[in-house]
Amino acid sequence: MGVDRMLSATPDSAPTPTLPRARGRGNVLEVEGLTKHFAVRKGLLRRAVGKVYAVDGVSFAIAPGETLGLVGESGCGKSTVGRTAMRLIEPTAGSIHLQGQDITRLSRAEMRPHRRAMQIIFQDPYASLNPRIPAGEIVGEPLRVHGLADARQREERVAALFQRVGLRPAQMRNYPHEFSGGQRQRIGIARALALDPALIIGDEPVSALDVSIQAQVINLLRDLQGERGLSYLFIAHDLAVVRHISHRVAVMYLGRIVELAETRALFATPQHPYTEALLAAVPVADPRKRRPRRIIQGDVPSPIRPPPGCHFHTRCPYAEARCRELAPPLKQVAPGHLAACHLR
Amino acid sequence: MPGETATLAATEPAAKAAPAVLEVEGLKTWFFTRGGIVRAVDDVSFSLSEGETLAIVGESGCGKSITALSILGLVPSPPGRIVGGAVRLRGTDLLRVDEEAMRRVRGNEISMIFQEPMTSLNPVLTIGAQIEEALTLHQTALSRAEVRARAVEMLQLVRIPEPERRAKEYPHQLSGGMRQRAMIAMALSCNPRVLIADEPTTALDVTIQAQILELILDLQRRLGTAVILITHDLGVVAETAQRVIVMYAGRKVEEAEVFALFEQPLHPYTRGLMGSIPHLVDETTERLAEIPGMVPALNALPPGCAFAPRCTMATDRCRAEMPPYREWQAGHFSACWHAEALMTGRSPPPLAGEG
Amino acid sequence: MATMRTLVQPVDHAVELSRAGANVTGSGSALLHLAGRHPLGLIGLVIVVVFVLVAAFAPLLATHDPLATNAATSLAAPGGQHMLGADFMGRDLWSRIIYGARISLAVGIASTVVGCVIGAAVGLVSGYWGGWVDLVVQRVNDVLQALPLLVLALVMAASLGPSLTNTIIAISIPVVPHVARVIRASTLSVREMPFVEAARAEGMGELQIALRHVLPNTLAPVIVLATAQLGSAILTEASLSFLGLGIPEPYPSWGRMLSESAAEYVRTAPWLVIFPGLAISLVIFGTNLLGDAVRDVLDPRERS
Repeated sequence: MGVDRMLSATPDSAPTPTLPRARGRGNVLEVEGLTKHFAVRKGLLRRAVGKVYAVDGVSFAIAPGETLGLVGESGCGKSTVGRTAMRLIEPTAGSIHLQGQDITRLSRAEMRPHRRAMQIIFQDPYASLNPRIPAGEIVGEPLRVHGLADARQREERVAALFQRVGLRPAQMRNYPHEFSGGQRQRIGIARALALDPALIIGDEPVSALDVSIQAQVINLLRDLQGERGLSYLFIAHDLAVVRHISHRVAVMYLGRIVELAETRALFATPQHPYTEALLAAVPVADPRKRRPRRIIQGDVPSPIRPPPGCHFHTRCPYAEARCRELAPPLKQVAPGHLAACHLR
Repeated sequence: MPGETATLAATEPAAKAAPAVLEVEGLKTWFFTRGGIVRAVDDVSFSLSEGETLAIVGESGCGKSITALSILGLVPSPPGRIVGGAVRLRGTDLLRVDEEAMRRVRGNEISMIFQEPMTSLNPVLTIGAQIEEALTLHQTALSRAEVRARAVEMLQLVRIPEPERRAKEYPHQLSGGMRQRAMIAMALSCNPRVLIADEPTTALDVTIQAQILELILDLQRRLGTAVILITHDLGVVAETAQRVIVMYAGRKVEEAEVFALFEQPLHPYTRGLMGSIPHLVDETTERLAEIPGMVPALNALPPGCAFAPRCTMATDRCRAEMPPYREWQAGHFSACWHAEALMTGRSPPPLAGEG
Repeated sequence: MATMRTLVQPVDHAVELSRAGANVTGSGSALLHLAGRHPLGLIGLVIVVVFVLVAAFAPLLATHDPLATNAATSLAAPGGQHMLGADFMGRDLWSRIIYGARISLAVGIASTVVGCVIGAAVGLVSGYWGGWVDLVVQRVNDVLQALPLLVLALVMAASLGPSLTNTIIAISIPVVPHVARVIRASTLSVREMPFVEAARAEGMGELQIALRHVLPNTLAPVIVLATAQLGSAILTEASLSFLGLGIPEPYPSWGRMLSESAAEYVRTAPWLVIFPGLAISLVIFGTNLLGDAVRDVLDPRERS
């Protein structure tokens, strides 16, 4: 069985017991060997003096109605994966297939119709809404851009979207600053929903919110998935949140996916030492479960000079000689469970 | 409490007999703004014993950070003003002493570390120079060489590798975790009695967060510093604190030993918070419990309980009358008309994580 | 638990009420808002409006023909037939100031608008698209900004010849690099905002993103710059006219009225200096007050 097959699992352990709406055949998004290197420029002539290996050969697929969680610490490249998959950043190498079509090399104009199928929600509920445009117009803008409705229909659609995400249609005329952080995030979600996309990429969509508001937004996202058969690429650093919303989870470290598995399997039997370390580091909200912990030491190395071999070997308690020389491939270690570790 | 356990925190609650280092009584910090009076901190009292870790939890705008700034006399004024109460450090009311005396307290007897180590460090001074600065301010008896040696020693204490070299580096040359370590070194350099940590790990990655929390607690055990840990993260609270204060809209709504609080919260807000966080270990992937609505504006609080508009248990009484803050069980305080029901009546519906 | 699942959140009433005010901002309430929040801005607005009205209704307000000379009333003191006195050619100062408002405001407003529009376009293109265009534009700007505004205007005016249009062009060109620099700087930060990325994700074209999402968020400092510019444009016009490079004689320009009298008559007939000077000061004062208020009012975040 090839890795490809394994990468495209179906969400049979959906947290919300709903039927994903069929959206053509196969996966909504397939990313293969995605690589993004940013040039580090210095000096007057802006000469490239080095490279940031932000994303280094990342592959995954997302089935209709499925949520793939993408976790990792800051600088691991998870946000770059999301933006590159959306073609907001040009990939250095690799391919992106959206609903079966190769969108890797499409021009800006050719890309336009495909944008309807793929939308994004941002982390910062303050900076992601233009402060000078009323909320209703922000949500209606995608419809206007794609010429999908006349002014009156648009008004109705936007009102319905407002209602759906838990805002009052009367608030459409308000400006973003008149909303709280949680409400702004709802506006961002409504905007992403406006084009009725098949896939929404959430780039840390709840990490800037207070816990009680975070729960509201997570529940909303899950409800919407149930109703519309949406697929999510859910990028976050909070493992508990990712666990709660994802069918499958990919763990990234320094630009590479080190583990990818069904949520339950990944959290119950992590196969990569980094995943293990991450899970051990998360504080548990129950004082009875205080436990002696193995805390991994050291910092994430710079992506400008990633360590050779397995990127994690500098912090890995089990590292051996080969880990320092040879990068381990992402391989299947249990059914549907991929890990990139020499020791598995 | 030295060498008690291998877990992050001292597992047993602070000994009752330990003398209070810091007592805050009826603290009221109000902001006088164009939009009206904002009661950022309203009638907050607590005491902190030697070597104890007290967590103050709440969401943004609940007044937890303003409480810390009030203790240090750092509330921006105008528009802020401490309109009532007392902050006693070993008997001396800090609200009654002059600015010069206060400067001797800050960084010396009470230190603070902040969320963002980058913005709290001066970018044009080396790490070593910044630690030395705190020392020369307060430890005037030390010679230059002693100060320098102590700065390096502090960096070693917070487990920064190659402390001599790091002391000569600038903040931007350090990683986020290293910067927070340097902040801690600076805060502890004068051996303060109280350390206030305001969201010390919120800006850090989870593996680094674990390192920093462990460091703070380890140093606390070794140095006997009392710690006020301000956070929004119940996980951090559960793993580190002995006692917990929950704040909502500028007031204390609940206070208890950490085990009692997590075992049986006596305020619906605390319960709601616990229900709304996703867990790492529970088997269910149920919907999260939501606290509907949002935190009310502090200049337009409802007449009764501030949480009533979002509370599933709210009755007319809650909306009309402010519930008294009282002790329901030994050491377990709560301001809720329904605390009794939460305590005795039907056991509360299971929350995620207890299933 | 069932009740906790409610998705539609009840919203706090007090917050709602306080927001309701901000929602119904018609033009009338904007004015009221200006008066309540920015009383100085209102004063500025009144001053500017008065000057505009004076300029518009100059023929009705003037007591004499501003161009009519009369040897008998040369240097007449204020009072009597000539409210504010007369100049050395016996022309009525009041009427000349009234008509001068037309010239000054026309030159001031037109050159500011032209300069700002061109500057904004240049700044936006160079900031948003960057690359070699940006590099070239920035170096040209550096050169232009190295020269004093007046010198630049002088060179322009001298090469174009004196006329109203040429004066406007001469004064507006030096404004361009200033505005371009300000717009470019804020464009560089605004274009990195997530809402710009959101627009791109929607499939919006780059030009539209630049005009709809970037430009409006860069204008606030330009409005302040423009109002300050309005004053200095009027002054520049005065200087150019004094040097014979601005509005040709005999048309009344405040600047020339002021400058041609300053040297010779400031002791013997000080009103010839005082009144045009007052007119200039007052209009600049008014535009500056208004500018500060307009900047605040234009920002929806300042409104609530």
